[in-house]
Amino acid sequence: MKKLNHKRAMLLTALSFVVLFCTGLKTAKLDEVVYMPGHPSLQQWLLPDVPPQPEDNRLNDDRIALGKALFFDPRLSQKGNMSCATCHNPSLGWSDGLPTSVGHDGKPLGRASPTVINTAFNSIQMWDGRKKTLEDQAIGPMESGDEMATDIEKMFSFLRSSKGYQAMFEKAYPGEEIGRSTLTRAIASFERTVISNQSPFDRWVKGDKQAMSAAAINGFKLFMDRDKGNCAACHSGANFTDNGFHNLGLASFADNEPDLGRFSERPLRLMKGAFKTPTLRDVSRTAPYFHDGSAPDLAAVVDHYALGGVVTSNLSPNMKALTLSAQEKADIVTFMEALTSPMPAISMPELPQ
Amino acid sequence: MRTLILPLTLLSLACSFSAVTMAAEHEVGQKDKQFTKKSISVKVGDKVNFVNNDEIFHNVFSLSDAKLFDLGSYPKGDSRSVTFDQKGVVEVECAIHPDMKMTVNVE
Ligand code: HEC
Ligand code: HEC
Ligand SMILES: [Cu+2]
Repeated sequence: MKKLNHKRAMLLTALSFVVLFCTGLKTAKLDEVVYMPGHPSLQQWLLPDVPPQPEDNRLNDDRIALGKALFFDPRLSQKGNMSCATCHNPSLGWSDGLPTSVGHDGKPLGRASPTVINTAFNSIQMWDGRKKTLEDQAIGPMESGDEMATDIEKMFSFLRSSKGYQAMFEKAYPGEEIGRSTLTRAIASFERTVISNQSPFDRWVKGDKQAMSAAAINGFKLFMDRDKGNCAACHSGANFTDNGFHNLGLASFADNEPDLGRFSERPLRLMKGAFKTPTLRDVSRTAPYFHDGSAPDLAAVVDHYALGGVVTSNLSPNMKALTLSAQEKADIVTFMEALTSPMPAISMPELPQ
Repeated sequence: MRTLILPLTLLSLACSFSAVTMAAEHEVGQKDKQFTKKSISVKVGDKVNFVNNDEIFHNVFSLSDAKLFDLGSYPKGDSRSVTFDQKGVVEVECAIHPDMKMTVNVE
């Protein structure tokens, strides 16, 4: 009897050890982030200088130079007046400063132009995720009658007859023909050089105490805090996106025929009016905000979240009304501004003849 | 040393016992925006319970021919289950986070 009791006690001890061990792990996870410049727990927010690349399209200078020329070349559009850079303008945070873009022949498009910055880190492309990679995306704007409206065969005859382009393609992709595959891989290569990872926030993460103001640091805490900003529920990780889709309850969702966003790709109720979470790096350069351009500035964005959305008929379950003072809202904006890297010097390419 | 043997045997007995009696029920978690298993094999008629262990809401759905379902979205601690009643490969995803993917091989 005594012996049995002893064994029972041992079993209980073993069990409680297991329980203790598990809860111990959990607490460690919750308290993960220590808001001290240079702290190891912050290093998960650093982005590499060179993003991931597909096996068949390793970055090199020739590919980047070719991609850059193509990105800035208006001759790739039907009317010869519109390049990728028209809507993804480096001077405007690689976007266009418009609520929604203007396409071929001045046609208004339904959605805002997202930045090209750090798209190299996205695991899915476009507001509705209809493209997987930068390569998949790169010929879309030329094929779209609403955007560049390019006559694709004519464009390839132009590229194949241009001495300059012939030489650039041959250097970038020796022995391969000038076609879809080489064109899209070159553009994607150039896009993979458009990286923002040198912001005050990055310097603070690396240990520079002066890099972020007290307000910005407080904004970061509020951004992370589930009971305050709750922003990291979706804007998670080093690129501040979960590569996920959410309906934020924007006013435009009550339109007669609202843009259903991700629903066109994944016909599930939850995806009606859901759009991809954008990066917040360099976000201070790309006003106005949201896929419909409905928020004129970052303060308006935070006000929208504080309200918990306007049209709540299919609101993301990860959205909730927030309790934030005016100062706290301002601090979150200050934090987002601290995600802006210095504008890198960018030279305009001389376009090949 | 001897004192440890009994509790350990009891523990493993308890584990194998539950594994035998609940052979038709499997569990897949959702943790750190991933399914805890990349793929599992089940028998026709088996049930899979999807448990959300994250602080945020997740979804579980499949548009595969062998099983079409949408469990909606639910928060931490909740779980919902699906019975796989037809042979085939079922691609399971979270609609909110397309990086969350796994396969159920129904045999
Ligand atoms: C007329 C304006 C316009 C032109 C020209 C244009 N884009 Fe876009 N771009 C957009 C809009 C609008 C979207 C979002 C569309 C959507 O999601 O439905 C977009 C989306 C993208 C995305 C996805 C970004 C993300 O975060 O998901 C990339 C990458 C991109 N464009 C690159 C290019 C390239 C490369 C070119 C030239 C070949 C180009 N764009 C030409 C307006 C334009
Ligand atoms: C439920 C997920 C979710 C939460 C929580 C969330 N966001 Fe967002 N955020 C998104 C999505 C999705 C979009 C794009 C939505 C659209 O345009 O329809 C977005 C867009 C934005 C934009 C506009 C970016 C652009 O380029 O247009 C900013 C800025 C932003 N969020 C900041 C924040 C801040 C600050 C918080 C916390 C107060 C927050 N977000 C909380 C998912 C979320
Ligand atoms: Cu999920």
